[in-house]
Amino acid sequence: MNKKIRQFKDSYFFYSFKRDKVAMASFFVLVIFLFLALTAPWISPMNPYDADNIDIMNSELPPMWMEEGAPEFPLGTDNQGRDMLSTMLYGLRTSIIIGLGAVFLQGFIGIVVGLTAGYIGGKTDAILMRLADIQFSFPYLMVAILMSAIFQVVFGLGSFERLAIPLLTIIIGLSNWPMFARTIRASVMGEKNKEYVEAARVIGLPRVTIMLRHVLPNSLTSVMVIATIQVANAIMSEAALSFLGLGMPVTMPSLGSLIRSGQEYIFSGSWWITVFPGIWLVIFVLVINLLGDWLRDVFNPKLYKG
Amino acid sequence: MPHLLEVRDLEVKFALRFGDITAIDGVSFALDKGERLGLVGESGAGKSVTGFSIINLISKPGFIAKGSISFEGNTISEYSDARMRKIRGNRISMIFQDPMMTLNPVFTIGFQMIETLQAHQRISKGGARKIALQKLKKVHIPSPEKRLEQYPHELSGGMRQRIIIAISLLSNPAIIIADEPTTALDVTIQAEIMDLLQELCETDKMGLILITHDLAVVSQVTEKIAVMYAGKIIEYGPTDRVVHAPVHPYTHGLIGSIPGSIPPGEDLVQIPGMMPTLSDIPPGCAFNPRCELRRDICMQKTPILEQKQNGIMAACHVK
Amino acid sequence: MFAFIVRRVLQAVIVMLAISLVGFSIKNQIGDPVRDLVGERVTPAERAQIADEIGLNDPFLVQYVRFVKQALKGDLGRSFLYNKPALEVILKHAPATIELLIGTALIIIVVSLPLGVQSALQPRSMLSRFTMSFSTLGVSMPVFLTAILLIYLFAVHLQILPSYGRGETVDVFGNGYWMSGFFTVDGLKHLILPCFSLSTLMLPLFIRLIRSEMMEVLETEYIKYAWAKGLSPTRVWMVHAFKNTLLPVVTVFGVQIGIMFAYTLLTELVFQWQGMGFMFLEAVQRADISLLIAYLVVVACVFVLVNTVVDIFYGFINPTVRVTETK
Repeated sequence: MNKKIRQFKDSYFFYSFKRDKVAMASFFVLVIFLFLALTAPWISPMNPYDADNIDIMNSELPPMWMEEGAPEFPLGTDNQGRDMLSTMLYGLRTSIIIGLGAVFLQGFIGIVVGLTAGYIGGKTDAILMRLADIQFSFPYLMVAILMSAIFQVVFGLGSFERLAIPLLTIIIGLSNWPMFARTIRASVMGEKNKEYVEAARVIGLPRVTIMLRHVLPNSLTSVMVIATIQVANAIMSEAALSFLGLGMPVTMPSLGSLIRSGQEYIFSGSWWITVFPGIWLVIFVLVINLLGDWLRDVFNPKLYKG
Repeated sequence: MPHLLEVRDLEVKFALRFGDITAIDGVSFALDKGERLGLVGESGAGKSVTGFSIINLISKPGFIAKGSISFEGNTISEYSDARMRKIRGNRISMIFQDPMMTLNPVFTIGFQMIETLQAHQRISKGGARKIALQKLKKVHIPSPEKRLEQYPHELSGGMRQRIIIAISLLSNPAIIIADEPTTALDVTIQAEIMDLLQELCETDKMGLILITHDLAVVSQVTEKIAVMYAGKIIEYGPTDRVVHAPVHPYTHGLIGSIPGSIPPGEDLVQIPGMMPTLSDIPPGCAFNPRCELRRDICMQKTPILEQKQNGIMAACHVK
Repeated sequence: MFAFIVRRVLQAVIVMLAISLVGFSIKNQIGDPVRDLVGERVTPAERAQIADEIGLNDPFLVQYVRFVKQALKGDLGRSFLYNKPALEVILKHAPATIELLIGTALIIIVVSLPLGVQSALQPRSMLSRFTMSFSTLGVSMPVFLTAILLIYLFAVHLQILPSYGRGETVDVFGNGYWMSGFFTVDGLKHLILPCFSLSTLMLPLFIRLIRSEMMEVLETEYIKYAWAKGLSPTRVWMVHAFKNTLLPVVTVFGVQIGIMFAYTLLTELVFQWQGMGFMFLEAVQRADISLLIAYLVVVACVFVLVNTVVDIFYGFINPTVRVTETK
């Protein structure tokens, strides 16, 4: 284990990381965010998802440094009386769960499809890629919106609310797997012709083993770059869906829904309902994007154009 | 009498992050009207960079550090880019190595030919077209009118290279610099292209600088030869004399390594080791680690190019 | 070339059929065509009768075929919410969205091309660095947030631009069909903020794309050759490099129009813009299945059309694609 740590420390990866201040700063910030999200239930002043904690009389209180603010609501309250800070922490948590979950799902489907298509080639490849192309030709956000809308209409708001988090994860996961599939496939097709694959074949290893144990690890760099971008996308998608009212329900608000509810109040002066979650979300996504950019440059500046 | 093209003590460096690297270290040669010079050497010896320096097209971060290049009496190495543009493609044309990569895939042949003419003279599209057809015929391309409307990928490699030669002839240049013109082509086509170049130079009295690593081609086409090693010219003289009686040990090794130059049954000459990279050039004569005639002075003092026997100049302490 | 077009069109048709099948199945299972026709105040007996009349008890395939036939004739069902044919409702709302897209596209083209090209030609200049930094920020900001902040700044604070709606519109064809906001100053003023918000999402993408494509092109052999021919910098950059850069960018643009479409939903919500997205959200809220499915079909149709057209267009301008079409 120690040897691996030392190897990592000596690697080019770590070296260029240390040299790039932006990457380091972003990573640092990201870690903080993740920590906050993880510990949200313990460190936030209250649980905003529990209806018992909310008193509508507390609604629209400004942050504590302003006139009518109160210290138990450091960043003010939203239009329903929920503490902003708690809701932001919980919202961040929700976003991360959905974001990571969705990307996992996307990645899983995408890798399976891409590996198969790339390695087996021929007809399988043609069919799978046609499918991917077709889904790719529809903007993934649109697909997510439609799926969510149809689900809501078909099964009613009640069950939608209950199943919100897993449902959103699945929806966002299903809407964007072609990106992964394409990237993996391209990478696999490149690796397929290399000697080590032929050697494995000559030894007589079954196809699946070759795919999983030999080809896949070498294609992982492209996966990593795409994954960071996709996490950012997934989080933004969830925010967008929640903003439209097709995402997290009003009782369990995420950052997107907060921004939505804040919109009306921004004109009447309660700007914090929109601005704080907004800044929070932007910084979070920005950090992920910056890290993604850096990863892309480290691995190969030419490969990941879009 | 001044030469048509004269390169004097040319030094080209590349400005890298950790310092400057010398790619061309004091190269001098001359070309007269209608003369054909071969610039020979291994990959990395500096031949292409020399070719590019003549028309000041060295890729960044390269730059001309010292020396001068004069053409038709003018010191073109000091020209601004605007003045240099009047010479490029006009008085001195260049042919690159891979015809597929050289022609822009999204424009027709005609487009790329006409624009070259219109860049250098005031001429109508129709007039330019006529000249283009003329040149296409000159390089023996069948159905030239059809070619003008075609795209590069619709033609074969040999055809594309002929078209590139045709483009280089458009303004009736004084010199053509051909950088490995046949390396990317099939062997059968190579001979055709070289014959074509030779024929054109002879009929129009055009100067040719042929940059290549292919000694067989050079011995066939050129009158003068300059052999480069690690950024310097180490042998310079009439082609047939250098090829049949090389002076410098490196040239000797090069010639001897060609199958066919040694009687059958005898071993081919092999030069041990490899040419050093630009950042690793040994002190004294750059060739000394690989030279069997090496003496102490070879490791201390860099030899200069001077007259040896037979009208050949070489840079060697021993020979 | 012809075979290429035929292939693309065939693919488009297959996709449309697949989507229509999905849409129809949903509608069949969930939708209530009887309610759409006659409202809610009908007795069960009457419902059963009407259901039979309009063929709701026929086998699935028969109903599907009927659906497709009707769709091709322009009948996509009836909107319960608006009490009009679904297609009519959609088409009525379409111009608003289309104008939004046109305005955004214009902004994107006008801004991204010069900035992208400039940052490729002079990557180390202040302007380039500034542009690139802003682009990462732009991608990280959700469209709706940008929209809200812009409204706050320009409409509430500075009060120089309107905060919602389309403003004064002009009847372009004289039949009440296309209400355009492009022909009045007020209409244009109303277009500025929404189009601008929408463009902030795409601008960073395009600037970066143009920049990286162009930088790659500038390193190619044929550009070097163009210099060797003695062509002027303007010609090398603006003719040779530019055309080669534009090719991949154009395809991306086609795809991105689709993505912009998705984001118009968000923008329309923020600005109370009465376009298709706004209509869609209302349909969701009121569970108007027919309208939703009709929307799905229309949107799918548009995307497939746009993608096919872009592919064919790309085939025209990039000669190498036509020959090597062996995917």
